[in-house]
Amino acid sequence: MHITKDLVAASATPLVLGILTEGESYGYAILKQVNDLSGGQLEWTDGLLYPLLHRLERLGHVESSWQTPDGGRRRKYYRITSQGRAELAEQRRQWTAVVEALRGVWQTTQVLAPAWEAGR
Amino acid sequence: MTVDSQESLEGQIAEWRAYMHRRRELHRTDAEELEDHLRSRITELTEAGLHPDEAFLIAVKRMGSLDELSREFAREHSERLWKQLVLPGEPDTPAAARSRRELPVMVLFAAVAALGIKVPSLFGIDLADDGSGAFYARNLGLFALPALAAYFCWQRRVSPRVIGVVAGLFALGAVAANTFPLAEDSQSIVLSSIHLPLALWLVVGVAYVGGDWRSDRRRMDFVRFTGEWLIYFALLGLGGGVLMAFTVGTFNAIGVDAEGFISSWLLPCGAMAGVVVAAWLVEAKQSVIENMAPVLTRVFTPLFAAALLALLVGIVWTSNGIDVERDALIIFDLLLVVVLGLLLYAISARDLTAPPGLFDRLQLVLVVSALLIDALVLLAITGRITEWGFTPNKTAALGENLILLVNLAWSAWLFLGIVRGRLPFARLERWQTGYIVVYAAWAWIVVLAFPPVFAFA
Repeated sequence: MHITKDLVAASATPLVLGILTEGESYGYAILKQVNDLSGGQLEWTDGLLYPLLHRLERLGHVESSWQTPDGGRRRKYYRITSQGRAELAEQRRQWTAVVEALRGVWQTTQVLAPAWEAGR
Repeated sequence: MTVDSQESLEGQIAEWRAYMHRRRELHRTDAEELEDHLRSRITELTEAGLHPDEAFLIAVKRMGSLDELSREFAREHSERLWKQLVLPGEPDTPAAARSRRELPVMVLFAAVAALGIKVPSLFGIDLADDGSGAFYARNLGLFALPALAAYFCWQRRVSPRVIGVVAGLFALGAVAANTFPLAEDSQSIVLSSIHLPLALWLVVGVAYVGGDWRSDRRRMDFVRFTGEWLIYFALLGLGGGVLMAFTVGTFNAIGVDAEGFISSWLLPCGAMAGVVVAAWLVEAKQSVIENMAPVLTRVFTPLFAAALLALLVGIVWTSNGIDVERDALIIFDLLLVVVLGLLLYAISARDLTAPPGLFDRLQLVLVVSALLIDALVLLAITGRITEWGFTPNKTAALGENLILLVNLAWSAWLFLGIVRGRLPFARLERWQTGYIVVYAAWAWIVVLAFPPVFAFA
């Protein structure tokens, strides 16, 4: 199944913020987690995660710091801020409203779907 | 992973990194972050059993196209498309230690230049005195330019021999400006106040090129520097004007008269310091920003060419001779200077190996029409001089006109060859850079030889 670009873009911010509430993380790990959470359905172009992270940082939703683990490469870690948590809560409210509305639509169309499918 | 494939992988990653660094939108830290990502992906893929080469290809593919990536980065970091002056240089560059010192040293030399103009006050020649105007006019080039030359001597680490030559020439200028018994209203004093700064500016050039004044390329660098310096100095002047206007206005509002402070401290000291600051700005920004002088040249060359052609048509149409009353020669001298400047800054920015184009033809038109007009002026003026005899002013104006005329005439000849594809463009550059010596010689002649020759008139 292919998820359209607009949906991917719209869900990216809450996904990233949500993953970061579990603790600080870095780009590649965030991407892996998105992949796991969506069962491989959400396909992001790897590179485009970084402009998004930078935008969230500029808006003050996340903070970043360079860390060098023992014997490892220098890596940029991102951490959610309290403002980011507030933003996530707000996004969650909006998404819940959208999902509720969609659920209503699915329920009414469920009645129609078999007839429509039968008509094919 | 074998050692061999590990090495080739590192090579591929290095190549990829080089690609990233070429993008202005991606900073070094962004490239580093993306590289970390790339390596993580490759590690995962090789652990899953892929060959490093394949893993690299897949990882790069998943990263997305570089164009798309830099577009996204540009959207997020739009400020990066506007090149900024970074102070004091990126911390990880090797020259950082020196460039960190650059700023305080520049401020020091600017302060020296600013205080230089107040030194005569200690000896009772104050700027505010009525009779001191001539003294300050004569010595104008001697306040800030030594500080500027010293700054370049420090920055270029020039040899003691060159420092000696530069210092000697400044001393010579100081002697010439102050020992001749010139009356305050003499023509020679005005000429000397105009020509000494020019002569000393070229001495600054010797320091600017680090003593390597025989090199064509370095001379051209100084020409470029001069154009940019003028622009930055004018911009600083505009800013300074605004600052002074606000200072006067706001202090007036609280009933304090600040005009005395401004005319005896802020304006003179600011102008002198501005000389050094503008030079430093040009140096600091030269690799960061497009040069402005060639851009202005591009805009004004067609306009000046059109204006001069219109003037020629006007002369022919009305069959009016040129009115060679007062100042006519000076204004046509200045016209030649402008044309020469347009020529020089077009050359300074031109790719010397590019084939001649429309712009070169336009310049040829500009130079030829300036030459024709000037020939008419010269004809008219020689008559007057033979009638009234030589004065310092007329001689200087005539000499300058001849010097510029010779330069432009030969430039036009070279240009013709270039436009017809017979001569390489570099010939014109060499001619112009070589000619700088003539300007220097003439400026020194006016400063040193004119007063005695014309009996200090």
